[in-house]
Amino acid sequence: MSESLIVPTMAEMMAEGKQPEILFWVGSAGSFDDRAKKITRAFVKILNKANVNFAVLGTEESCTGDVAKRAGNEFLFQMQALMNIELLNSYEVKKIVTCDPHSFNCLKNEYPNLGGNYEVLHHTQFIKQLLSEGRISFNKETYKGSRITFHDPCYLGRANNEYDAPREILQTTNAAVVEMKRSKSSALCCGAGGAQMFKEPEKGDMDINVLRTQDALETNPNIIVTGCPYCNTMMTDGVKFSHKEEEIKVLDIAEIIANAQE
Amino acid sequence: MSILPNILFAIILFLGIGYFARNVKKLIRNIKLGQDIDRSDNSSARWKNMAMIALGQSKMVKRPIAGFLHILVYLGFVIINIEVLEIIIDGLFGTHRVFSFLGGFYDVLIGSFEVLAFLVLVAVIVFWIRRNVMKIQRFWKPEMEGFPKSDANYILYFEMVLMTLFLVMNAADYHLQFVPGGFSHYHQAGSFPISQFIAPVFNGMDNALVAMIEKGAWWLHIVGILIFLNYLYFSKHLHILLAFPNTYFANLNPLGQFNNLESVTNEVKLMMDPNADPFAAPANPDAVPAKFGASDVQDLNWVQLLNAYTCTECGRCTSSCPANQTGKKLSPRKIIMDTRDRLEEVGKNIDANGGKFVDDGKSLLNDYITTEELWACTTCNACVEECPVNISPLSIIMDMRRYLVMEQSAAPTELNNMMSNIENNGAPWPYNQMDRLNWVNE
Repeated sequence: MSESLIVPTMAEMMAEGKQPEILFWVGSAGSFDDRAKKITRAFVKILNKANVNFAVLGTEESCTGDVAKRAGNEFLFQMQALMNIELLNSYEVKKIVTCDPHSFNCLKNEYPNLGGNYEVLHHTQFIKQLLSEGRISFNKETYKGSRITFHDPCYLGRANNEYDAPREILQTTNAAVVEMKRSKSSALCCGAGGAQMFKEPEKGDMDINVLRTQDALETNPNIIVTGCPYCNTMMTDGVKFSHKEEEIKVLDIAEIIANAQE
Repeated sequence: MSILPNILFAIILFLGIGYFARNVKKLIRNIKLGQDIDRSDNSSARWKNMAMIALGQSKMVKRPIAGFLHILVYLGFVIINIEVLEIIIDGLFGTHRVFSFLGGFYDVLIGSFEVLAFLVLVAVIVFWIRRNVMKIQRFWKPEMEGFPKSDANYILYFEMVLMTLFLVMNAADYHLQFVPGGFSHYHQAGSFPISQFIAPVFNGMDNALVAMIEKGAWWLHIVGILIFLNYLYFSKHLHILLAFPNTYFANLNPLGQFNNLESVTNEVKLMMDPNADPFAAPANPDAVPAKFGASDVQDLNWVQLLNAYTCTECGRCTSSCPANQTGKKLSPRKIIMDTRDRLEEVGKNIDANGGKFVDDGKSLLNDYITTEELWACTTCNACVEECPVNISPLSIIMDMRRYLVMEQSAAPTELNNMMSNIENNGAPWPYNQMDRLNWVNE
């Protein structure tokens, strides 16, 4: 992954007197988590290939506050939100794309009441647009013969009713896309939402990610696909728990496309 | 003397409806103990929700077997109310089958009531078997021990008895309608597709005795209905009424959108304003400082309290909850049941103390709901999605988490670490904000 990426920042853009078409909100996981950083790079690879005029906030970006809000810390959430809104508004941001459904939900639904009004897209929605506009192409042979199953992130699916965009992208890959017994609005959580990512689970019989990975394994997939950095971590751990990491990959939709791009 | 039964009937009817009205008043008062929340917007979407979800049962059929059986019982209940209207008129004025002048249409009415009553009977027996013989998992969770379990069965027995009485009454009537030369006031009216098969039981029986059975079944049926009506307030069966307002007032926003606390916004804005005078006197020194989040039912809003009274304890929320499925203590149904139990306790406290709540040293938090339950939630919205009447257990969980964190600073240690990382570094992990772009060159 040493391919060089072109990643302009909002500050640089502003210095040149330019305004990007979209702001790519990287998110804390996408900036710091080793696995999620690969998703970030994959998405930027797509943006670069499609010549999308974008920028990131870079070191000016801060946590959306989503995880603080789900933990119940409304103070911390609003402090983060109001700071971010001030920054976003000062750059006159209109359109935001993010790879994290939690940031997506928070920016899209919870920022407007605090004065932050933007058009917010999840990266699967944006990739779908790029595909339908013919701005990206990839080798359709790459996934021929593979079995792919998609795990719906709660904050993309149930929370925001987006079930189609990721599936439409996967349909274009020529892979067999198989649904788990629980999918779409009845999908099971990966176990990381609501700030669970940052604490040990409460006592129980098993961990949620292990149960969810069983759902995925029942479809006999080669690849488990998801659209959320937290889901990715949880499903990857679940696959390792079942000692299947040699046969089954866990990938983000951005990686599915980026890996097959010529 | 012949007017005596009519007077007795009027008294019973008055008492039955009067006691029910008294409890409805109490119910409304208790719901109004909640905080205000504006749900007066977008009435067309709200009516549509009510029509689809409460009237149209659209979310019930997501589990097809229970959904189909429920629709039978629901239709039976709605339609049989026309029969109840006839019963009330007959009871008050001493008439017999007053609607029978409708002729052929009356035959169709009675015929369809009979078929529905029979289908209800079948459905209710299947429900009983599902609960008691098949032991479907969600009916056997810890919160379903004791009254909630017997409550469910009482309702089923009630419905079995009421439907049987209705069919027996019709069968006796049918038998008497065909007594050669006629008998008393029993004239030919109605069609009896089901009870005609019960009628042969009365063959050879004294006509006067059959008439007594008919009258007896009539009285037990209507008195049973009145008792059942008054049982509603104490039972999960209250959903047959509250499902309608509950779906009307339900949240219309995307499920992922949690409300922003306005009281917090004011404080945060003050904190972030460099020109704010920290020593300035508060604008209104008498104002009670807002409590952040909820520790008791009065801190919840009235829609959440309405939710608690509407819950049917069907357990679809709990059976779809990822925490519950993996053996954790959280059960969204229990959250709602606890809220109702505590609200009832508060209501009784108010009744006992002349209309004022006297602190009883208890609260919804800890006495009913433990922090372990609250912290097990992944906020995935599966429970909200599943509820057939749009109840949100999640909103109560979130308000209680807010209380724990903002009023008591009682978050789990790991979450406190995460939150101080956000405060210090702008990320939930302990990394430097200046490293946010390192991924570009990795």
